[in-house]
Amino acid sequence: MSLASSLDRYVDGSSPVHALDARVKLLLALATILALALIPPGQALALAAVAALLWWTVLRAEVGLGAIMGRAVVALPFALVAVTLVFSRPGTPLFQVSLGALTLTATDNGLVAFATVVVKSWLSVQTALLLATTTHVTDLLYALRALRLPRVMVAILSFAYRYLFVLVDEAERLLRARACRAAALPGRRAGGSLTWRAAVLGRMVGTLFIRAYERSERIYVAMLARGFTGELRTLRARPLSTTERGILLVGLAGLAGIVLLANWR
Amino acid sequence: MHVESIVRYLLVGMHIPDGFLTAPVALLWWVPTIAALALAVLRVGGLSERQVPLMGVMAAFIFAAQMLNFPVLGGTSGHLLGGALAALLLGPWAGMLVMACVIALQALLFQDGGLLALGANIFNMGVATAAVGYGVGMPLLRAFGARRWGLIVAGFVAAWLSVMVAAGLTSLQLALSGLPAGVVFPAMLFVHAFIGIGEGLITVAALALVVTTRPDLVTPLAASLDPAALRRTMSRGTMVAVTLVGLAIALGLALLSPLASSDPDGLERVAEDQGFLARAQDPLYNLLPDYSIPGLDGPISTIVSGIIGLLIVFALVYGITLLLRGRAEPGQDRAQHRA
Repeated sequence: MSLASSLDRYVDGSSPVHALDARVKLLLALATILALALIPPGQALALAAVAALLWWTVLRAEVGLGAIMGRAVVALPFALVAVTLVFSRPGTPLFQVSLGALTLTATDNGLVAFATVVVKSWLSVQTALLLATTTHVTDLLYALRALRLPRVMVAILSFAYRYLFVLVDEAERLLRARACRAAALPGRRAGGSLTWRAAVLGRMVGTLFIRAYERSERIYVAMLARGFTGELRTLRARPLSTTERGILLVGLAGLAGIVLLANWR
Repeated sequence: MHVESIVRYLLVGMHIPDGFLTAPVALLWWVPTIAALALAVLRVGGLSERQVPLMGVMAAFIFAAQMLNFPVLGGTSGHLLGGALAALLLGPWAGMLVMACVIALQALLFQDGGLLALGANIFNMGVATAAVGYGVGMPLLRAFGARRWGLIVAGFVAAWLSVMVAAGLTSLQLALSGLPAGVVFPAMLFVHAFIGIGEGLITVAALALVVTTRPDLVTPLAASLDPAALRRTMSRGTMVAVTLVGLAIALGLALLSPLASSDPDGLERVAEDQGFLARAQDPLYNLLPDYSIPGLDGPISTIVSGIIGLLIVFALVYGITLLLRGRAEPGQDRAQHRA
């Protein structure tokens, strides 16, 4: 299935980035995104420094820099919201756009603010993508537990991940069944009114809910039959090695340095 | 796949990516989120072992349900966000936890929404939608009693409002982060007034199906609804009553909306106050003048979009009731005869 293959395509790589402990990777990814958020608008050098660090790591991870950059574009449509910045920040006027009755004035500060938001967003998505493409979800969940996310939340998340694909398959079967029963002649409107279509979808959602609920009951009974006591166990617990601690410290220090320099002026 | 996700972003526009919220806004929004989720864990009863697989599978259910879609116009399609539905089916606290897991997985696995902005995203689409969906939906359901139109009105209003509240919160966070409030609020609320209609229709149909087929799964909901009544045809008298009540509410709200229009102003004032606070700490997170775009003043477009939204809601509620009378019932009757 496309969902699973797009997700797990690279996680079995053998690069140093893949081999790095999930806790270190999660902390560094979060720190990178936080650092990007803390860089003030217009600090192109600081953004470039973070980008350089990030892209160097992507190259080391051997997951394809172009692929990561390209896939990170998915969040950019949201930048449409940020276009308003160009016309709303006070600053030196650059050019004017007239839309019917109103005239919008673009300012230099506005343009810089807009560009900063877009670049930050793009780099942040790349960071998250790098984390997701080099780390198994089970390791990621273990790292979240190590970062003191409550045990039940981790347990729910791991169940959700485990059954995500099962239920997505179920949903696709529902969609396929609807498509089979809803043949449309080319060039002719089909499928009833909008409300009717929405109501059909609602009943599909209801059906999916009932199937999911019944599945969860079977899962629980099966778990009891296998001796489940409410405790989820893992074999992954181990302290961080000195190298891993070193990488974490160097990474955090580097990011902190960039943020401090960018805010210093 | 790319085109699809882009259309989804344009339409939903609610998973805030990283980079759009300033660090103080993104970090501070974790506080109410964590508090709400901690409360939810406590209220779900410390989450017994039995609840864990249920919650996990329900999170997967919401995730999968969001993939289901129906064609609307052109290439666009409508789909579910699910916060109100989850809260009405599972209760508000379980609903919040389930939605939080869905949004967290979307951010972690699919980069749908940022990691730093996750606190804000969970609050908007998980905590607030579940709270509004349940807080508005359940009292309405109880007030209307075991009647079919009660479910339709209550479910629709709860789901529509949950989407609007989430859109409002998203706009607020973006405005606090320096985007012009006078543009963000009307734009977000306008788009989501339509998305909320799809959400309302889907939620109502899903609730009706679950309550009629497995009322035992949703005891609090089923207690305030009569599955048998949901299967009965609606009388002409009820139809007229629904129409009149709906018309009265719509007119009342339309008349009140000039008053309500002071609301976005209030939010803008908060945004400005917050902005000035932020500016005092750091001149670089400076909040902008909002009324700098002539012709797109916040209050006016908000009133207009509000009235349009209300009219559409009314028209659609009326439409569904007509449809349910006209189409669903004969099928139901036949099914019953066969059984």
